[in-house]
Amino acid sequence: MKLDSKIPEGPIGDKWTKHKFKLKLVNPANRRKYDIIVVGTGLAGSSAAASLGEMGYNVKVFCFQDSPRRAHSIAAQGGINSAKNYRNDGDSVYRLFYDTVKGGDYRAREGNVHRLAEVSVNIIDQCVAQGVPFAREYGGLLDNRSFGGAQVARTFYARGQTGQQLLLGAYSALERQVNEGTVKQYTRHEMLDVVTIDGIAKGVVVRDLVTGEIESHSAHAVLLCTGGYGNVFYLSTNAQGCNVTAAWRAHKKGALFGNPCFTQIHPTCIPVSGDHQSKLTLMSESLRNDGRVWVPAKPGDKRVAADIPEGERDYFLERKYPSFGNLVPRDVASRNAKEMCDEGKGVGASGLAVYLDFADSIKRLGEDAVRAKYGNLFDMYAQITGENPYKTPMRIYPAVHYTMGGLWVDYNLSTTVKGLYALGEANFSDHGANRLGASALMQGLADGYFVIPATLSDYLAEIGPKAVDKNHPAFAEAVKSVKDQTAKLLAINGKKTANEYHKELGKIMWEYCGMARNAEGLKKAQKLIQELRADFWKNVKVSGEAEDLNPNLERAGRVADFLELGELMVVDALNRNESCGGHFREEYQTDENEAQRDDDHYAYVAAWEYKGDNQPEELHKEDLVFENVKLTQRSYK
Amino acid sequence: MAGNMNITLKVWRQKNANTKGKLVSYNAKDVSPDMSFLEMIDEVNEVLIKKGDEPIAFDHDCREGICGMCSMVIDGRPHGPKEGITTCQLHMRSFKDGDTITIEPWRAKGFPVLKDLVVDRSAFDRIIQAGGYISVNTGVTIDANAIAISKQDSDKAFDAATCIGCGACVAACKNASAMLFLSAKVSQLSLLPQGHPERKSRVENMLQQMEDEGFGNCSNTGACSVECPKEIGQEHIARLNREFIAAKASSDNV
Repeated sequence: MKLDSKIPEGPIGDKWTKHKFKLKLVNPANRRKYDIIVVGTGLAGSSAAASLGEMGYNVKVFCFQDSPRRAHSIAAQGGINSAKNYRNDGDSVYRLFYDTVKGGDYRAREGNVHRLAEVSVNIIDQCVAQGVPFAREYGGLLDNRSFGGAQVARTFYARGQTGQQLLLGAYSALERQVNEGTVKQYTRHEMLDVVTIDGIAKGVVVRDLVTGEIESHSAHAVLLCTGGYGNVFYLSTNAQGCNVTAAWRAHKKGALFGNPCFTQIHPTCIPVSGDHQSKLTLMSESLRNDGRVWVPAKPGDKRVAADIPEGERDYFLERKYPSFGNLVPRDVASRNAKEMCDEGKGVGASGLAVYLDFADSIKRLGEDAVRAKYGNLFDMYAQITGENPYKTPMRIYPAVHYTMGGLWVDYNLSTTVKGLYALGEANFSDHGANRLGASALMQGLADGYFVIPATLSDYLAEIGPKAVDKNHPAFAEAVKSVKDQTAKLLAINGKKTANEYHKELGKIMWEYCGMARNAEGLKKAQKLIQELRADFWKNVKVSGEAEDLNPNLERAGRVADFLELGELMVVDALNRNESCGGHFREEYQTDENEAQRDDDHYAYVAAWEYKGDNQPEELHKEDLVFENVKLTQRSYK
Repeated sequence: MAGNMNITLKVWRQKNANTKGKLVSYNAKDVSPDMSFLEMIDEVNEVLIKKGDEPIAFDHDCREGICGMCSMVIDGRPHGPKEGITTCQLHMRSFKDGDTITIEPWRAKGFPVLKDLVVDRSAFDRIIQAGGYISVNTGVTIDANAIAISKQDSDKAFDAATCIGCGACVAACKNASAMLFLSAKVSQLSLLPQGHPERKSRVENMLQQMEDEGFGNCSNTGACSVECPKEIGQEHIARLNREFIAAKASSDNV
């Protein structure tokens, strides 16, 4: 298989404009003859479904939650980047492009990233027109703040609830289309397979989560907007329902999986409190604008924060990275926090935390000003820990947050299965080995509002509006295989719950494929996961029935897929003999313990092809070409 | 562990929309005060699954108070005894050893029970479909800063926009009215100039849809705002009423 990224020729600033002109169009009168399935209703899915509906296509949209508005984009806190340069502080499309390629440690495609930066300015216009209440200044114009990995203030925000406000904007656009009759909405439906005819995507199989009925739906194209797979670690900042099932089953139907080992560990999360923990809660990166990160300078210092005098504290990010200070990118901040804890300087009962201290900001700005900026985050912290962050510093520790890897897509967002597209976090394309803060929202909306409406029309024009044959045996076969799997899970009747397997998998992933990885540990992890997976299919206990609302069964199916994905992540991490971004291989580091890339051998996207159950996957390489940005050792000093 | 508690739960169990439900007692043993309320139920469910029983079905997702999915009436109060939070943000340190806790679903004609604690809230989507948006297509080219909006109005619009659509307002209301939910959206969009062209039809259509869905009317008891996890205030209902009167006074639907 030859991977063709389809990046257009020509100067970086002209690629998207010229490409758009070359793409074929579908006449407005013909659009209603095309059926499109959108799976997932986060920023990418809602914005894509709404935009395609507005254009006149017949859209069916599916989500497993009880309303499209619940998708996990809702929980994004800090903001959305855009190269508006309203601050006059030197920002530009090119600078956002450059920062994103550098922030991703030179493992993203230049062409995609430049397009993302270009459309970032349209996104803000679109959202404001929809009534998204971004933060404003007293003069009535939009406010900005700065985020990690940038030296300009380009982040637009809505208090600590930016994701919520953007998603509600996209959701309202979507509901408008439901009202117009262009979009049909299926809530509490989970996608369990892609239907392909002669290798081309022509529909999906879904389970109605209320009745348990397995149904198939046909379409001219299928868009997966199903988010990331951070829950493979069991504990993450993702919602409970976030899963890899849709993407993974597409992978098994021929869609290559790109850079699965690139996961983002977010530096500022509330630390784990006990074994009962079901999820971790993020404290927005924006807090690092005003909070100072520190640990006691002496290992083993167990005094409470207030008793440690200024001179005996180590503000390690400010010390090591004077020019970016507390606003270094996420991978750098996380790794340094781990390093401090490994040296015995961690704080709190577990020793697995560092302080994020607002005392200086409260002194400088006053408690009210700090409350106005971050009130909801401080409340959230107090609720979970029982501590008052206005009085004592927050304790934070890194946690799994986002996955840069995902289904491999070309410049048109098409996977290697024709007719099957992946948008937002579900694809691999724009963030390289590390995503900058406030860029996930940008990418989700860029893909949904501005990229897919252009690129999908080209494909639809090419295949024509001939209706899909719903009676083709491929549909019945896909339905049967889903039913068989459900029956199999219920029949095992073993002794361990799906949750217990999930927890064990998470521990393996975090220990060996988390913030720091090495060849020996990864090999061990691969073996452990294989054993765990084999045991799952012999000994899992799933209660309840297939034809019923059965959350236990839903969970078991998702865990089964995580048990396969986990191994691929380990294999990918083992293959990549370099450190880059969130992928830190202990064997490859500079004298100053920074990530040591190997551009000669690893400046490629690793795209994996499924070869059958329990068979090793085949690696395909897409070489990354850098014509504009010079590859250097990333420095934030 | 020291400090851990034993709790008795009385949980509403109902097979589906067509069968009758009842309260069933369960023991939650060795509950850590650091656990969230939903984590406590997770542990009870693990025990049930191992016994081959069906776990308690309940809606939940983000577990950080923003998705609006969780929905339990705990000891008679939507989202439990503490104000300004959702069920998933409630922690067991708010309870004590030996407590008995009653857990029921949202109860309202507009929210039929699907199973146990899970209710159907699709009526809220349909209310939004009736007009909870600004009719703009993708591809707007008006610069975001072309219209200045006073910070005061923008902040007020934001306060309304924080609604998470959980439905606690309906569960709290003796009339099972969805007025606070409705008012949050109407208020947000009427405070912003972008929302003005459709302000009359929006409020009329959304109110009509609310009625059609079987929600009751508002009698200003204010219980909704007390139980709202986002503390959306009564002033938004007042603004909705003003919008409605103004719309009616000059309505095209004569």
